[in-house]
Amino acid sequence: MSADFLLFLIVGFVAIAAATAMLFSRSALYAALFLITNFGAVAVLYLLLNAPFLAMVQISVYAGAIMVRFLFVIMLVGAERRGREPEAPTLRWQRPLAIVLAIVLVVQAAYVFITRAAAGPAPAETVDAGPLSIGKTLIGSYLLPFEVIAIVLLAAMVGAVVLTRERS
Amino acid sequence: MNPILEAVLKSAAVLVVALTGFAYMTWIERKFIGRLQARIGPNRAGPFGLLQPVADGLKLIFKESITPANVDVLVYFLAPIVAVVPALVLFAVIPFGSDPTFQLASGINVGALYVMAVIGVGIYGMILAGWASNNKYALLGGLRASAQVISYELGLGLAVLSVIMMASSASLNDIVAYQQPGNILGWLIFRQPVAAAIFAVTALAELARAPFDLVEAEQELTAGFMTEYGGMKFALFYMSEYVKMIAMSALFVTFFLGGWSGPFVNEAPALSLVYFTVKVLVCLLVMVWVRATLPRIRYDKLMAFGWKVLLPVGLLNVVITAFLIAAGVPGYK
Repeated sequence: MSADFLLFLIVGFVAIAAATAMLFSRSALYAALFLITNFGAVAVLYLLLNAPFLAMVQISVYAGAIMVRFLFVIMLVGAERRGREPEAPTLRWQRPLAIVLAIVLVVQAAYVFITRAAAGPAPAETVDAGPLSIGKTLIGSYLLPFEVIAIVLLAAMVGAVVLTRERS
Repeated sequence: MNPILEAVLKSAAVLVVALTGFAYMTWIERKFIGRLQARIGPNRAGPFGLLQPVADGLKLIFKESITPANVDVLVYFLAPIVAVVPALVLFAVIPFGSDPTFQLASGINVGALYVMAVIGVGIYGMILAGWASNNKYALLGGLRASAQVISYELGLGLAVLSVIMMASSASLNDIVAYQQPGNILGWLIFRQPVAAAIFAVTALAELARAPFDLVEAEQELTAGFMTEYGGMKFALFYMSEYVKMIAMSALFVTFFLGGWSGPFVNEAPALSLVYFTVKVLVCLLVMVWVRATLPRIRYDKLMAFGWKVLLPVGLLNVVITAFLIAAGVPGYK
């Protein structure tokens, strides 16, 4: 067992444990903290896969920017103070639908595992995932999707500005 | 030497230097501000008050550890630690000298991004402290901190982006190497003055230091997120602020003031350490000077300045830099 594999097991365990804890924690703030832990663990997984750029982006965008906003909102609306509300009214079709979707996901994952396992382990090729090659790929072969996402994000930004503006 | 042992020893050395630097930075700040205000500053403990940091540290260690009522105990104790760790790990990618013995991991090709990531995470200590303290001043301080830091991080990122574009590398070693055509004019502060100015302002805001110290504005919020903290836990917050100050100064030196470069560095590599230290000290003194000079900015003006001035200017600077580099203007190869 190599050191990398051992590290992978530990970090993977932390990621899964943090994700599970997030789902089951009652307090919004603790859920957010577990999610941050999960993001950090996933960033380490990226590092193990020789993708330092993705690891840094994962930390600065998800753990650094998005989760700070989450905590900001949790603190601002005082989601903790309100305590547990008396069983929020759930939509009746939600639970069966969730179960069906979960089964579909598990079957899909199992299918992939079984078919891929038969094909043998994937070739361990070394991919250059440094900032330069990622930038070239984004602006080169994936230029159109990149621009489309930019437009979508711009539309979302304009939408946020319009929604928060005070009506006179 | 075993690479792991070497890394551990170097990290330990950096930690010792950073923490000693923190202790004596408080002394330098109090002395310097004292002189600027025509006072003497601390002068009782030891010659020139040099033992004052030791006395302060001892006092804080022996203080009773008080936990206020109804706090979220786990988060309350975790927050000071969460505040200190990012401040300390910032030093991992800073090249302190020309020789590889004076560097930890400054060669990694995502060094500048690492800096941005760690700075982004560094805010959690303040937010969690504000939330866990069960105190409205602390909560308001935490809220202000998160809004302020998020706003100014964008400007900081754009300033660093201009530097990365110039050096065409995100490795801090490459950025330092790029700034040495043999004379002082190679420093990026002369070719990227706008980026340097934005970096300096946003760094002060990130550190929540005067004139951007609204996070702990005494007159409005007592001590902000630190209100309910005492003893060693308070000392840890204090430590994170000063260690971050040193780290930010070191980053400014690395990005804009040629890093460890200086005359005769090739002949005597140890000189590079001296140059680096002197440059960092100058930056730190300027920060103290700014604190003694400028009054605090009003909160809405602070946010407006970040979003309506720094961000557009930073974006414009990035675009102009890109044009200059693409056009091959001398000095912007």
